[in-house]
Amino acid sequence: MTASTRATHLAQLNVATLLHPFDDPRMAPFVEMLDPVNAAADSTPGFVWRLVEEGAADATGLRPAGADVVVNLSVWQTQESLWDFAYRSGHLEVMRRRREWFERHVEAHMVLWWIPAGHLPTVEEALERLADLRAHGPSPRAFTFASAHTAAEAAPHLRAAPPTQTA
Amino acid sequence: MNDIDAIAMLQDPVRRRLYEYVAAQGREVGRNEAAEAAGVARTLAAHHLDRLAEAGLLESGSRRLTGRSGPGAGRPAKVYTRARAERSVSLPARDYLTAAELLAEAAEQAGLDAGLYAAAGRRGEALRGSAAPCGGLEEAVEMLAGRGYEPYLDGGEGGEGTEGTEGVRDAEGAAATPGAAAAVVRMRNCPFHAVAERFPPLVCGMNLALLEGLLGVDGPVRARMDARPGECCVVVEASKNNDR
Repeated sequence: MTASTRATHLAQLNVATLLHPFDDPRMAPFVEMLDPVNAAADSTPGFVWRLVEEGAADATGLRPAGADVVVNLSVWQTQESLWDFAYRSGHLEVMRRRREWFERHVEAHMVLWWIPAGHLPTVEEALERLADLRAHGPSPRAFTFASAHTAAEAAPHLRAAPPTQTA
Repeated sequence: MNDIDAIAMLQDPVRRRLYEYVAAQGREVGRNEAAEAAGVARTLAAHHLDRLAEAGLLESGSRRLTGRSGPGAGRPAKVYTRARAERSVSLPARDYLTAAELLAEAAEQAGLDAGLYAAAGRRGEALRGSAAPCGGLEEAVEMLAGRGYEPYLDGGEGGEGTEGTEGVRDAEGAAATPGAAAAVVRMRNCPFHAVAERFPPLVCGMNLALLEGLLGVDGPVRARMDARPGECCVVVEASKNNDR
């Protein structure tokens, strides 16, 4: 079963409610960091895929969770590769200043879950996982860095859905 | 071996010199090199290095130091690096880590980042006392070493080790010097490691604010965030005139 354990990727969704409209000058430092930080993600070892709006460089124009909520959906080979990108790259600076640009969420705003390698999660699927985490707390189906579950624990919850098309 | 026994091993001056030398290098160190640095015979160094590894203060492995492989490359040599595990002793036992984690969790949930950064900045300034802002990178290295950051000077000409951070540099929007990278002080150790791993933005932001206070924000050097795997989140570099 080693092969099937290895053929697993980690999906990540986070949602962030904007404090100001995207074109507000107060958002400018965040907007300026988008391209370089996304480019850094794309070249991080272990990066697999991230959601991008058709014809755009990122997914900030998609607002599937509300008009003022930006979503960030990506897939990584391992939890370590995602952690290193999130907290040990230029992305940390975005995280450090998050209170300047985003509302503080009372509920969970980030969710991790295992997927079969090759599967690209849809926004709907990602929002379902976040809802699962919010409703039931961390589980092998939906968890966080602080309450992580292994791919082996998540095996019964893996979806065998066919890969979706890339944009 | 428990923490107090491990730390007691460092009472021996030769062992202590060997440990401090290996810890300061930030890479694998062979027996010959460590022996030379500590000024003792190779066999004695080997004995003490192995004791330090048994105690969990160092990690050991083997590698061909010649960099060659295949027949004729020689036997792999034993090499040592500092162990990542933390050791601390307080008598009687006290548990500040749990306290720190609980405080960080509460601060995170309440969104107290700005207040924490302000407090850290004030603490940094208080630690600096009435001294002027840090005067240069060498002085910064000294200050940071005294606070356990294990600093080292990186770059200068070759721009070695700056790969992969260029996009981040550009994110600053500022006149990033093209071509040769300027020297920066990087740090191998995070004094807040265990809490920083659990609450990275909060604790790394606190760390940056503390260092800004310690070094001064309007002097010849400045601290800025430039996180990389396995290192402290902050680098210290010469201030640019038209920065900020």
